[in-house]
Amino acid sequence: MADQQAGVSSIEVNGIATGLIRRGSGRPLLFLHPEIGLSPSAPVIGLLAERFAVIAPSLPGFGHSALPPGFTVDDLAYFGLDLLDALDLREVVLVGVAFGGWIAAEIATKSQERIARLVLVNPVGIKTGGREERDLQDIFGLTQAELDAMSYHDPSLARFDPKEASEDDIYVRLRNRETAARFAWSPYMHNPRLASRLHRIRVPSLVLWGESDRIASADYGRAYAARIPGARFETVARAGRYPHLERPDHFARRIAEFVAANQF
Amino acid sequence: MRFYSFTEEPYPDAWASGADSLRVKLPNRLCDPEEAARLYHEYIDEWQLCDELGLDIFVNEHHSTATCLTASANIILAILARTTKRARLLALGFPIGNRPDPLRVAEELSMIDVISRGRLEMGFVKGVPYEIHPSNSNPATLTARFWEAHDLILKAMISHDGPFSWEGEFFQYRNVNIWPRPWQQPHPPVWVSCVSVGSATSIAERGHVLGTVMTGYKAKDLFDEYRRVWRRQSKPDPLPLDRLCYAGFLGVGETEAEGRRRGALVAQYLRTNSIVAEAFKNPPGFVAPAAGAKMIKQTGSMTFQSHNVATKEGRVLNSFAKASVQDLIDGGLLFAGTPDQVFRQIVDFYDTVGGFEHMQLMSQAGTMGCADVEANLTLFAKEVMPRLQEYGRMRRKQMGLPPEPALA
Repeated sequence: MADQQAGVSSIEVNGIATGLIRRGSGRPLLFLHPEIGLSPSAPVIGLLAERFAVIAPSLPGFGHSALPPGFTVDDLAYFGLDLLDALDLREVVLVGVAFGGWIAAEIATKSQERIARLVLVNPVGIKTGGREERDLQDIFGLTQAELDAMSYHDPSLARFDPKEASEDDIYVRLRNRETAARFAWSPYMHNPRLASRLHRIRVPSLVLWGESDRIASADYGRAYAARIPGARFETVARAGRYPHLERPDHFARRIAEFVAANQF
Repeated sequence: MRFYSFTEEPYPDAWASGADSLRVKLPNRLCDPEEAARLYHEYIDEWQLCDELGLDIFVNEHHSTATCLTASANIILAILARTTKRARLLALGFPIGNRPDPLRVAEELSMIDVISRGRLEMGFVKGVPYEIHPSNSNPATLTARFWEAHDLILKAMISHDGPFSWEGEFFQYRNVNIWPRPWQQPHPPVWVSCVSVGSATSIAERGHVLGTVMTGYKAKDLFDEYRRVWRRQSKPDPLPLDRLCYAGFLGVGETEAEGRRRGALVAQYLRTNSIVAEAFKNPPGFVAPAAGAKMIKQTGSMTFQSHNVATKEGRVLNSFAKASVQDLIDGGLLFAGTPDQVFRQIVDFYDTVGGFEHMQLMSQAGTMGCADVEANLTLFAKEVMPRLQEYGRMRRKQMGLPPEPALA
């Protein structure tokens, strides 16, 4: 079971049983996983932990974390703030990838009291085009092979063989997909109110964009960054929408450099 | 026993397009409105014939598909409510978890019940996975939304003292007060369809009619679960057979060859039913993750097996597309041959699964034209149905059940 791995624990956040990875020391870094969740064995955790005290929860409904009835994206953002309170984290580097980038942006528009730096990686959550333009490919209307090809620079990284996987691994995979749909089915992958709230973000922000993401284009990422005051936009070569999996070294290094360049 | 004749109102001309998906994404330029009109009239005439032959009528609805032109069961039932005289009008059904406005569903169903003077059988369905994209309904919350819509519709039908309010998880109304109220009191009979034992439990707990289609002998597991819940609730034993319905496919002929030929035509439904692009077969959360993980671990494939029908002897029919007429008969899906053979096949199935009061029979599918459909319906109604009704009366008596109510 994944939960038995080193650095994996659980915590009650406002009554919600939450799976949590904690590793490393130094400045706290809260990592919010994408719609596919985060495996505790992902190399990126160790790489980030060389520089930061990494806190990576499984958001409610993902992994084995509980999901209260009627929970929404808004609730996920308040969950993030509750978690920061519960662990009394200060001057946090908040990092979110894809769906997790959406939640990180929602958190930052609500309160930056405990947040010092924001890093959004291939984030979703806003609508940039008109009503007859699809900003983001429908991840729920693609075959797994199509989805992998559009999400990864190297789709072979996404390989998943149910014959080798444990029943629990399959369960988590199905549950993550179900929970992503629960939160992001319609309006699809965005909160119509978020774009007009991004101006509230005052902390130094970096938007990283894996260039091979074909679910959303780099222009979408640029439009996102343009709405956050002073945000820097930067592409990542040879990575799709999950650069933390495809370029973990680069990912961890760029975050560390960004934090160092914007001294507290 | 009651027998409900069924067609999905297919548009077979488009099937020849060679498309990999007859559903969800097949462009409607392949639909010629003149041909669609001709088909609607033909299918309505066939249901009209059912009314005259003493058969009941069963409709359903699907969306964005050439397999089924009934995009609204209510529209067909509204026509039949006026034009037929005696047939029970069963919709199985209304995909109330996919409909944005269950209050409107309650109003329309009440109208149909009143116009038909109390002949509506009111079926609710969760729907098939490929209805998710056309309806845009969130698959992860579908079951909860289905039951909330169900509760609201029934409350709207049984409340007669002015408006009530509803502030639920999925639906909010400040003023529910439907006009007309339904003809049948307290409300038309409720049916729910299912293919899994877990769903059978929730249907049995509410005492609704359970209908199942394309499950073959697996229907016994569903019926047994209903009986188990019925006993657990300490209701009078045995379970009344009118709580159970099985849906099969029908081909009757003067000769065995003619019956099997008609059976093969009706089986076109089974062969085209699941021509659906892979991406729409498995919406997120449509199958609960724990149950899904168990299935995937067993099969070693991330694709769910939607149909896994076995014959009485336990031979598994993996694919309906490749199954022969004989396979489908062995699987308890198709009843085909002479009137006597069809009678004996249905009796055998009836006894194997423990009996049922209602039977839905798909008697038209695919390219089957009106001459074959009329002969299929007429032979069944005249040569098979009376014998089955007599058999049903005899079995009820043996089971210690009261006689069935007089037929309309």
